[in-house]
Amino acid sequence: MPILNVKIPAMGESITSGVLAKWHVQDGDFVKKDQPLFELETDKINSEATAEAAGRIALKVAAGSEVKIGQLVATIDATADTGGTESTTAIRNPASGVAPSPALSISPAVRRLAAETGVDPATVAAKGKGGRVTKGDLLAAQDVGNRRPAAAEASAGRPETGKPVTSVSAESESIRSPGVPVNPPAGAQSTVSAQPAGASSQVRRTLSPLRQRLAQRLVQAQHEAAMLTTFNEVDMSAVRDLRARYQEDFTRKHGVKLGFMSFFVKAVVRALQEVPVVNARLEGDTVVENHCYHIGVAVSTDRGLLVPVLRDCDRLGFAEIEQRLADVVRRARDGKITLADLEGGVFTITNGGIFGSLLSTPILNAPQCAILGMHAIQDRPIAVNGQVAIRPMMYLALSYDHRLVDGREAVTFLVRVKQAIEDPARLLLSV
Amino acid sequence: MDSFDVAIIGAGPGGYVGAFRAAQLGLKVALIEKRPTLGGTCLNLGCIPTKALLHLSGHYAWARHHAADSGIKLAGIELDLAALMKKKDAVVQKLVGGVAQLAKARKITVITGHATLTGASTIEISPAGSPPAGEKTTITAKNIVLAPGSAPSELSFLPFDGRIIVSSDHAIGFDTVPRRLVVVGGGAIGLELASVWARLGSEVTIVEFLPKIAANYDDDVVRLLTRLLTKQGMKIEVAARVTGLKSQTQDPKSQEGAPAVLLAERDGKPMEFPADKILVSVGRRPVTENLGLEKAGVELDEKKRIRVDDHLRTNVPGIWAIGDAVAGPMLAHKAEEDGAAASEWIAGKAGHIDWNLMPGVIYTDPELAGVGLGEDVAKARGLDVRVGKFHFAANGRAIAADAADGFVKIIADAKTDRILGAQIIGPSASELISEIVTHMEYGGSAEDLARTVHSHPTLSEAVKEAGLAVSKSALHAL
Repeated sequence: MPILNVKIPAMGESITSGVLAKWHVQDGDFVKKDQPLFELETDKINSEATAEAAGRIALKVAAGSEVKIGQLVATIDATADTGGTESTTAIRNPASGVAPSPALSISPAVRRLAAETGVDPATVAAKGKGGRVTKGDLLAAQDVGNRRPAAAEASAGRPETGKPVTSVSAESESIRSPGVPVNPPAGAQSTVSAQPAGASSQVRRTLSPLRQRLAQRLVQAQHEAAMLTTFNEVDMSAVRDLRARYQEDFTRKHGVKLGFMSFFVKAVVRALQEVPVVNARLEGDTVVENHCYHIGVAVSTDRGLLVPVLRDCDRLGFAEIEQRLADVVRRARDGKITLADLEGGVFTITNGGIFGSLLSTPILNAPQCAILGMHAIQDRPIAVNGQVAIRPMMYLALSYDHRLVDGREAVTFLVRVKQAIEDPARLLLSV
Repeated sequence: MDSFDVAIIGAGPGGYVGAFRAAQLGLKVALIEKRPTLGGTCLNLGCIPTKALLHLSGHYAWARHHAADSGIKLAGIELDLAALMKKKDAVVQKLVGGVAQLAKARKITVITGHATLTGASTIEISPAGSPPAGEKTTITAKNIVLAPGSAPSELSFLPFDGRIIVSSDHAIGFDTVPRRLVVVGGGAIGLELASVWARLGSEVTIVEFLPKIAANYDDDVVRLLTRLLTKQGMKIEVAARVTGLKSQTQDPKSQEGAPAVLLAERDGKPMEFPADKILVSVGRRPVTENLGLEKAGVELDEKKRIRVDDHLRTNVPGIWAIGDAVAGPMLAHKAEEDGAAASEWIAGKAGHIDWNLMPGVIYTDPELAGVGLGEDVAKARGLDVRVGKFHFAANGRAIAADAADGFVKIIADAKTDRILGAQIIGPSASELISEIVTHMEYGGSAEDLARTVHSHPTLSEAVKEAGLAVSKSALHAL
């Protein structure tokens, strides 16, 4: 076909749209086969698309645009003369290092600064009249090291792409017509000296598209669900004792440490089995029951919270849980998480305790109807058989969607988790 | 009784622009003016006649003093003052006629007569003349906009008599060129009229109370202006306080039969200025009496201006006030902005006024123009600014046009480069300032000004270079 359509590839059933975060080529460039074309950001992962054939590319959407799966974003003219160095870029203003979105009107000084520093005016907090970006705004953004977080992170650690996307390409050298000045990459360091003393006491930053979508989803989740939280506390001494006794053997045999998570994952699986209504989701007026136990574990990364999912936890032993968890955490932090890792969860466990949280009300991970919050373990005096004893206590919080789960069920669920943690033998004996 | 959506009292720039805007927005408008012609002070007595006189007198002065050294030999140059004044009157007539035509085309009801409020929404109009030319009429309006304007301020010991002690109203129409003209007040009006009559042959002395003329401008601008006006033959006395008047009858020995001698003092030392005419141009005062404001309960402020909020509303619902009669710079374009904004608010739309971006102009030769913060004011406030200055002596067009005196000065924020203000002294300063106001409107920087293309050879290139000079990058000067 002489003209090749470049469309947004399908990326998994839950993804219907994304943001075309960044073009790696300019309109009119001659591209080689497998050359990286653009970066697509979704609320789950970023992925990169490459050219399926060589030719001259014509861009159809601007960087930063929302795009739908299947949307045409560029065409590649495979009949274009490869030797032709006459490029449309010759007449374009060479100072425009970053293509501004069409609606943004940029003054000459802003254009110059954007080209020299690589700061994209579209990402800068605009304080000019009518939302215009002024020179002062750009200077402030560049001084505070304000870059579009997603683009910088994406260029830092390119995630592996899943199968649906056009093949992953190695970094190929970009084909540009000679005579077109090389434009500085988006993550370039500013060349201007640091902000002088007496800088403003307020700094404004635009949210990255990823964060914007996360924000949207969080709010949406709250709007749709009737969310509340029930609390309990758990005595961690039994788990602590088990870990103390078997840590050495466990680690030696399985190559991974015995943590708390495996206990909680197993306890949650047990509770889900006993209170199956929590293992479901609401779609409109339909209850969708899950008959599997894919537990998501919230992991904190530079880009934000990710929730990789451990599949079939009912069939995994403690060691396997710990191993898979360690692997998925490492990949999440390295930016190598795949879509498959993030999909399919029925329940989520989040642990604010690693940061020191004593008690909190976690937010639901839509469309799931419940989430368990673990917290810091604190030695506290409690009453045991009428006596005061100091025990390592952890508060547990279960936020749930009251449209689906009622109070009794939520409380029971949490009690079951507590029981399994305080007496792990129950997990062994399914009692 | 006729009823209107909005009735505007006063058809000066504030009133007639307000009426035009209201009509554009579909409102039923009455425009009441006591003079037989529309246009207020601006068209009839101020802006327009003075600009015409400056233009005409400028040609005369050039013909007399500069034609010869340009190789243009003119023998027997004469001045026919009556004809010059007729030409000036024709300009005025053309414009007031134009305003009347536009008002008619827009179906605005123009009522001639003196308006007084008889209530919060009723106006009584008395025709002029005595005996009055007709019956009194009364109208009602859902909204009333007060645009009565201003009148020349008087010094209590120098009341206007129209013969010797005159205001700008008279000074635009003398029937002979006064031999000696003393101008009290070195602001825009005084300087412009002083220029006109100096060019037409008067011996002009400007007496100013403050330490400098054109007090709103930076010291470097004023120093240059003073030097150039002095070169043009005007005498300028600053820091001089007028103390009284001596008329010929008081002192039979007064010099050379001058009808009057103005008395002043500087640092306690007395000064005397013999004069054939004394133009008092010390400012203008709002005209807020005889309007029936008390009847409607409209409050004034301590300076007798009509008190308004930031939407130009008075304390009486439905009554608005604009222009010279309210606070803010007494400029025709300010009144126009007020008028348009008030009409937009009356029509339920979003009007806007920003008195901080009002440019001001003095139409001397060279012209002065300024907007925003001047360098002196900015530095006095302790603001961290960078200043770019470019002289017309380095501008090709200015040199070719024999008008190379003056400079453009841009004042920008040192950190953000945002343009905070500008002052220009030089040819066409009145026009050149517009570009800077435009850049300031959207928060533009000096660099934006510098990176905008300007035609060559034009005076506007001096503006571009001044923008460059802010970052010490001017190309056509070191």
